[in-house]
Amino acid sequence: MANSITAYDTIAAISTPPGEGGISIVRLSGDEAIQIAQRVFKGKDLAKVASHTINYGHIIDPTNQDVVDEVMVSVMRAPKTYTREDVIEINCHGGIVDTNRILQLLLSHGARMAEPGEFTKRAFLNGRIDLTQAESVMDLIRAKTDKAMQVAVDQLDGSLSHLIKHLRQDIFSVLGQEEVNIDYPEYEMDEVTGKMMLEKATEVRDHLQQLMKTANQGKILREGLATAIIGRPNVGKSSLLNYLLHEDKAIVTDVAGTTRDTLEEYVNVRGVPLKLVDTAGIHHTMDKVEKIGVERSRKALSQADLVLLVLDASAPLQSDDRELLKATKDKKRIILLNKTDLPAQIRPANLEAVVTDDTLIIPVSILKTDGLDRLEAAIAKLFFDEGIENSQSNVLVTNARQYGLLAQAKTALDDVITGLQNDVPLDLVQIDMTTAWEKMGEVVGENAPDELITQLFSQFCLGK
Amino acid sequence: MTVPEYTGEDYDVIVVGAGHAGSEAALAAARMGQKTMLITLNLEMVAFMPCNPSVGGPAKGIVVREVDALGGQMGKNIDATYIQMRMLNTGKGPAVRALRAQADKNAYHRVMKDTLENTPNLTLRQGMATDLIVEDGECRGIVTNTGARYRAKSVVLTAGTSSRGKIIIGELMYSSGPNNSIPSIELSENLEKLGFKLRRFKTGTPPRVNGNTIDYDQTQEEPGDKTPNAFSFTTKDADYLQDQMSCWMTYTNEETHKIIRANLKRAPMFSGVIKGVGPRYCPSIEDKVVRFADKPRHQIFLEPEGRDTSEYYVGDFSTSMPEEIQQKMLHTVAGLQHAKMMRPGYAIEYDVIEPWQLTHTLETKHVKNLFTAGQMNGTSGYEEAAGQGIIAGINAALRAQGKPGFRLGRDEAYIGVMIDDLVTKGTNEPYRLLTSRAEYRLVLRHDNADLRLTEKGRALGLIDDDRYAAFEAKKQAIEAEMARLHSIRIKPGKEVDDFLASKGGAPLKDGILASDFLKRPEVSYEDLAQFMPDHPAVDRRVIEQVTIQIKYAGYIAKEQQKIDRLHRLEAKKIPDHIDYNAINGIATEARQKLTKIQPETIAQAGRISGVNPADVAILSVYIEQGKIAKVG
Ligand SMILES: Cc1cc2nc3c(=O)[nH]c(=O)nc-3n(C[C@H](O)[C@H](O)[C@H](O)COP(=O)(O)OP(=O)(O)OC[C@H]3O[C@@H](n4cnc5c(N)ncnc54)[C@H](O)[C@@H]3O)c2cc1C
Ligand SMILES: Nc1nc2c(ncn2[C@@H]2O[C@H](COP(=O)(O)OP(=O)(O)OP(=O)(O)O)[C@@H](O)[C@H]2O)c(=O)[nH]1
Ligand SMILES: [Mg+2]
Repeated sequence: MANSITAYDTIAAISTPPGEGGISIVRLSGDEAIQIAQRVFKGKDLAKVASHTINYGHIIDPTNQDVVDEVMVSVMRAPKTYTREDVIEINCHGGIVDTNRILQLLLSHGARMAEPGEFTKRAFLNGRIDLTQAESVMDLIRAKTDKAMQVAVDQLDGSLSHLIKHLRQDIFSVLGQEEVNIDYPEYEMDEVTGKMMLEKATEVRDHLQQLMKTANQGKILREGLATAIIGRPNVGKSSLLNYLLHEDKAIVTDVAGTTRDTLEEYVNVRGVPLKLVDTAGIHHTMDKVEKIGVERSRKALSQADLVLLVLDASAPLQSDDRELLKATKDKKRIILLNKTDLPAQIRPANLEAVVTDDTLIIPVSILKTDGLDRLEAAIAKLFFDEGIENSQSNVLVTNARQYGLLAQAKTALDDVITGLQNDVPLDLVQIDMTTAWEKMGEVVGENAPDELITQLFSQFCLGK
Repeated sequence: MTVPEYTGEDYDVIVVGAGHAGSEAALAAARMGQKTMLITLNLEMVAFMPCNPSVGGPAKGIVVREVDALGGQMGKNIDATYIQMRMLNTGKGPAVRALRAQADKNAYHRVMKDTLENTPNLTLRQGMATDLIVEDGECRGIVTNTGARYRAKSVVLTAGTSSRGKIIIGELMYSSGPNNSIPSIELSENLEKLGFKLRRFKTGTPPRVNGNTIDYDQTQEEPGDKTPNAFSFTTKDADYLQDQMSCWMTYTNEETHKIIRANLKRAPMFSGVIKGVGPRYCPSIEDKVVRFADKPRHQIFLEPEGRDTSEYYVGDFSTSMPEEIQQKMLHTVAGLQHAKMMRPGYAIEYDVIEPWQLTHTLETKHVKNLFTAGQMNGTSGYEEAAGQGIIAGINAALRAQGKPGFRLGRDEAYIGVMIDDLVTKGTNEPYRLLTSRAEYRLVLRHDNADLRLTEKGRALGLIDDDRYAAFEAKKQAIEAEMARLHSIRIKPGKEVDDFLASKGGAPLKDGILASDFLKRPEVSYEDLAQFMPDHPAVDRRVIEQVTIQIKYAGYIAKEQQKIDRLHRLEAKKIPDHIDYNAINGIATEARQKLTKIQPETIAQAGRISGVNPADVAILSVYIEQGKIAKVG
């Protein structure tokens, strides 16, 4: 339902900003928090443990018994919790992909994705936060919610949204027909048969299953724009990564060839989620280990959606640089002239001969954090014409939410199939079919009220 | 010359218009002990059916049963006057089964009029209401064109399609109510003066032909059912009509469509003469031919209008083409080549009151003690009118008694769905109930309307002792039978296994509860009965309930969960007179909609289009803040 934000169901969200590494926390709040967590938890029976305890165990995917992560689960029963509802916090350390997977599992086992600000809103409504804070709760909701849905839909991969729309239309072809059969029984129209419905439901269900599989591999949505930091050794690639992460993740030394292997990290640059790949410096080398690293760098380069090509401006352009300029020619790229704090050997104008397209060239000093604003702005501009608000983790949230909705749609279709196999009358099975249709509509942002009725009238010739 | 006014009698409740809405409203008010007057333009047109001579069908039929369960008249009236009865959707599940009857149109009118005339506390009178007496923002009565001023504690308006009605047939257009009745003009004007927002809607009706001139051999017969059924829960199977009349089906063809296409420029729908918005689900035949150009033929139903008339209603052939063209069109249709047209089809434009100006009790927000119901609220259909009529009548009576209002939820009745849709969303076209409008249709079945609503009717004083006793007996019988099936065990054995094998089911391993046995898709109650010792005779209506409750328990439980959630949201009331401008952060569109519609609960606010989850969230925080502020 569109106004689900006000319902007192159980909500879930990742409550630590992604990309910070270390421990992440997935939080659940609501009547069913403990039950839902238990569905995907292997360890103690959470329903029986004392309140405010931390419990060791594993998150498993009940559909295939896969172990997703090793976790600590805090069980906090109402009313002494932040929201004054039952609260579960799952502390996991498997990195963002696994955290996300845990969230997905919770969403497909009864939880609903929390709307932005919803934990706080509940805390307020349940009397946990005092009056003076009400205004800020409202501000929080306003600031975060509006764009969230649109962003969610926008970030959906175009082909995916096309596919889901298509599948919805498939469902509608029997759903609408059946509704018409029900409301206009005296008309001679094609009768939907159980067989037709079973075929459609199975077909769509199988598609969804396929989609959800790819979701687990992190491909359902752009989980982050694959962004490779490329350059010859010692130009400052790892420094750039650390800067964007706000953390010293990669080792930085003045020794050329410090980074030997690619390193992936998730960051969010002005609302654009990036999967940043720091690479080993690319150059001709005989060193066996280095050679492998260079190979991997080239692979990262070929898979990248965006390339940040780093050049050392304090040294003359070298043949390795030229080669990289050529290799990245057809990529979406930004060229960084690093180390501008040192006497310059290369200026933007020097590159004009080599870079003939409209590639952006930004002089920076990563050491002095100079010019990096321009880089961030350029990245944002590349992907949103004007840049969107700094929405921490929209894509990941989107991804999990979408996944949760698809999982619910799939469950509904499973129910359709079981129902039909048990000779349940079509109009009852229809209830689940409609649920599937609506859930998929939420994924692509197509669930207008009365949509079904509007569709019926536009597609069928109906009398009174 | 102005007509001098005089003071008429005082009433508790006055109902204007004795159509399907007005009749129910007046009966409910009178039966609740209120001194009631029902005033209508023409006593020959009480409960008149200006269009299809039929009652019921999907969703609508359920409304008739709901009206009946609340103590209304429509079910009884059609049971007394039908000429054909059919159960529809028998091949489907219990949620969407629906009864439909062909009415004897004149008898339907006569029997309803007779009931009205013989109901204590009720005065039926001919006259035209031209104005309302409004004092201090409260409605205190009406004024008629003959100069009478009748005072009352509350007033119900059910003016149907008469308000500034305009009939259109081809190039001909004239001021008229349905079927050439006089239009009601001043009342509309005065409603506007009071500040109500009205708009124009349009509907249409097909021609009628003389049944003696139809060649039935070229059509297909559609007889009624042999198995007894009735709308009212009080009607006995023994009274089922054996001697029913048939309907007949035929088709339009390319020739018909050719004539329509050739004359489209004369069709008021396309020439721009008609300004009102017509219903999408009841398109005229010209509309269908244009919109669904690839369909080579359209179905037509020939329906007798009664036993004492030869007029046949040409169903699904609604048109406002010029009379001359209508004749030609008819004569292309198989079976109608020589049909004599008795009345041409026509379109009618009329005023409706935009229904978001009402609350769930159908009282207007703007003028207290004034209620409106039926087609004038933007709906279409006799059943929709009756459903609103009884609610408006009940609430007018409650108001006269100084008691709080009565409303039905979306999970309680189709009537509740309809009224909530109307007052929450308004409507852009004549509103018709469809099963797809109800989100909890598995609990809103026609077979359980009595279980859902009889107690409410009783509490209102609309269900008499005998009926209530019968209802309680049925309820107890259902409970007893449920309990019995949950206690008896069916033991495995050759007899059972043979039976199961014959149905393609798996044999029993252990003994199981009769209720679990019945859950099996291949097992019916009758099958089960043969394996139960000392099986008592159980009424078929009890069997029906028990079977549904057991077989579909899973689905019903799922729907119940959704209903529970709805209840929690409905419990969050929005205070009266909340100033939406004072709430920071609500989006402009939502602010406008909320101000206009004034939802009563958070749940209702969430159903308004243009009000987003964030707005609802902010609203609930704001309300909570207000509460704390008051306490503190
Ligand atoms: C031409 C036509 C086509 C229709 N087609 C369809 C259709 O296709 N499908 C469908 O579902 N329904 C159709 N209907 C609608 C159906 O007839 C109505 O929905 C139903 O009759 C409404 O009931 P009501 O009680 O609201 O109004 P009505 O049955 O119209 O009753 C209103 C009563 O109020 C009286 N009245 C009006 N003004 C005054 C006044 N000022 N003072 C005193 N009395 C007054 C009138 O005389 C009338 O008796 C059609 C109606 C018409 C006229
Ligand atoms: N002066 C100056 N030094 C910088 C700047 N950016 C990075 N450096 C230094 O350059 C050296 C190499 O930096 P790294 O980030 O390790 O470079 P890299 O490209 O990752 O090197 P490899 O991993 O060896 O390929 C370090 O000593 C950095 O401190 C800058 O803007 N100015
Ligand atoms: Mg490095």
